[in-house]
Amino acid sequence: MATQKIVIDPVTRIEGHLKMTVEVDDGKITDAYSSGTLWRGIEVILKGRDPRDAQHITQRICGVCPIGHATASSLCLDDAFKVITPDNGRIIRNLILGSNIIQSHILHFYHLAALDYVVGPDVAPFIPRYKGDYRLPKKINDVCVSHYLQALHMRMKAHEMGAIFGGKMPHQVAMTPGGVTVQPSVDKIASFLWRLRELQAFINDMYIPDVLAVAEVYDDYKTIGVGYKNLLAYGVFPLDSAGKTKLLKAGRYTEKRILTMDPRKITEDVKFSWYKDSTSGKNPASGATEPEPEKPEAYSWLKAPRYDGKPYEVGPLARMWVNDDYRQGISVIDRHAARALETKKIADAMEEWLLQLKPGEPVWAECAVPESGEGMGLTEAARGALGHWIKISGKKIENYQAVVPTTWNACPRDDKGVRGPIEEAMVGTPIVDPDNPFEIVRIIRSFDPCLACAVHLIKPNGEMKKFRVV
Amino acid sequence: MELTRREFLKLCSASAVGMGISQLVVPEVVEALEKAAAGKPPVIWIQGASCAGCSISLLNTAHPSIAEVLLKVISLEYHPNVMASSGELAFSYLDIIADKAKGEFFLVVEGAVPTNDNGVYCTMGEKDGKEVTFLETVQTLGAKAKAILAVGDCAAFGGIPAGKPNPTGCKPVSEVVTGVPIINIPGCPSHPDWIVGTVVHVLLFGLPALDDKARPKIFFAETIHQNCPNFSYFNEGKFATKLGEKGCLLQLGCKGPMSNSDCPLRKWNNGANWCIGAGAPCIGCSSAGFIDGMSPFYSALPKELWPKKESEMV
Repeated sequence: MATQKIVIDPVTRIEGHLKMTVEVDDGKITDAYSSGTLWRGIEVILKGRDPRDAQHITQRICGVCPIGHATASSLCLDDAFKVITPDNGRIIRNLILGSNIIQSHILHFYHLAALDYVVGPDVAPFIPRYKGDYRLPKKINDVCVSHYLQALHMRMKAHEMGAIFGGKMPHQVAMTPGGVTVQPSVDKIASFLWRLRELQAFINDMYIPDVLAVAEVYDDYKTIGVGYKNLLAYGVFPLDSAGKTKLLKAGRYTEKRILTMDPRKITEDVKFSWYKDSTSGKNPASGATEPEPEKPEAYSWLKAPRYDGKPYEVGPLARMWVNDDYRQGISVIDRHAARALETKKIADAMEEWLLQLKPGEPVWAECAVPESGEGMGLTEAARGALGHWIKISGKKIENYQAVVPTTWNACPRDDKGVRGPIEEAMVGTPIVDPDNPFEIVRIIRSFDPCLACAVHLIKPNGEMKKFRVV
Repeated sequence: MELTRREFLKLCSASAVGMGISQLVVPEVVEALEKAAAGKPPVIWIQGASCAGCSISLLNTAHPSIAEVLLKVISLEYHPNVMASSGELAFSYLDIIADKAKGEFFLVVEGAVPTNDNGVYCTMGEKDGKEVTFLETVQTLGAKAKAILAVGDCAAFGGIPAGKPNPTGCKPVSEVVTGVPIINIPGCPSHPDWIVGTVVHVLLFGLPALDDKARPKIFFAETIHQNCPNFSYFNEGKFATKLGEKGCLLQLGCKGPMSNSDCPLRKWNNGANWCIGAGAPCIGCSSAGFIDGMSPFYSALPKELWPKKESEMV
């Protein structure tokens, strides 16, 4: 039987612009190509600006996970400015980031992923849709649709929490080098706490049970979309000012072992990306990137990041796995399950942090833009490991770069022709009906790709002398 | 297993919290609005060089809730983040609906339009084995639309991706489409009340009055500075010199005098807070000069651009 090609362009219900091409032989996927189709050049735009502006500009890389970028950027600037954020500032940053991860996870399951499993009503935007493999009994389906609506309201509340301390969401204004601009007044703490409790009830009573209900009926997806079984986390939510301990620590999992993570072992290949070949294989801190839109063998605006030469999956499953909070398996269903359980873990921790705030004590440590310096900020966005690097000279940004989660997950092949994690997760999957390729979109969405984040120019700087892993 | 529209609306009213369109439209108008929207005007929402933040912001609409907006106010025929379908099924539907509702649908554009190298920096989908650029899509759909809503700074004025040196040649919608009414609803992101309020205005009263930058005057007539709670500090000449100090934030870089929007009155996220309420200077994100006219964000405006104190005004 001849090879059949299936192109899904655009892949919707993700953030950003993604195209997926798969080849099918005898009803099974034999190969896959993942293409990011938007490039804005945010790091080019950052060059020459006041370093303090980076926090504001980089969070506009993505409207779904702006706080991941704001956090990475603030840590990166703290590092370059050599300033230690006081406890209030650290905790408020954690609370704003936590609020955004909760809203992102809820949004992802109900509003981005669920319509692959749940049948919506026969009105736009729920029609048109793929026909066929919807398996939930009507009663459970109706409950999930009702929760789809409830979840719209709850994610809005999570954004309100972020805005209480961040000023507004998306795109908060409070994070700044040295801490935050906002005081933790008692009224803010109270209005945050009561919203958080509503969210905790929603997570426990609806979100987690709904994921389990879907998992039960679609249990074949516990063996679909497995991929490389390489997992990587940078760690997130510092629990002390130096960032020595975190709610979710850094680490990686490969060949069935848990290992440490060293950011100097990250490289990025561009053989199959629309960038000049001369920039391939470098550490983000020492490489260079120049677009070449006509490059013949390339098929994506994403580069191909590798750790010690190997592709790694990032995201909630990687974080929960590395921290021994979830070890059920690696698959489409496991990604959704780990994401839901992580939401609970973060929400419960936030309740504790909120009560550690000390009204009236400093939120910010005074600091100034250095004449020159370098910095690195590593954290986790909702959808996985996120790093920012800066080089400052003459009090201006000489170079700035971000390596984002979806670049890890949705990247094209590397220079050796080794597929990216989502591409690999496709291979071997049986396609029941090529006209309604549920399997492909379910695998893609389980990674929660965010292409606006992934596709930007990386304009790196000189050798990194020191690293701060936060 | 399939859910009827009636069943869905029932579920919706059971779970939707809060009713009525506040701030802009009095509750009695709701019925009229639903009647006006009985044929629910089709809306096509496309994203170019954007971060999707304006879409996410729209989800934060409190009154009406987003569920009510989608079910009772508009018929959202195409939206990349929300729609059930993918790939060819989704992309071919875009043409079908645009032809079916030609001259009737509203085109919402989120994101700037990359124009360098024939727009290759942003493609929308594949048609007949060929990538279709965002530039081409905006022009084709724009020509068929009843009106275009350019939502967010990027679509309205170029925004972040058009910041120097503008590597992809990003342009606002108004520079690539002509002959169709365009309403600019800026902000980074745009406020959900500004988006919903403009849509409601169009449905009930027609196009709103616009200022010289094609922004609805109802939301953008006054500067942030004019309505700022720190305005009295400004008049007294009391300025904060570092973060956390009481006083007007002009010396810390506040761009309130250059920024037209009703943020101080409306606030954000269902009234939870707003930028200056969080102790941060305004970065001018609803202004046509965002970002190059506003960056560096933490440097004070040149003195000649400072507004006058009340005592200095005649």
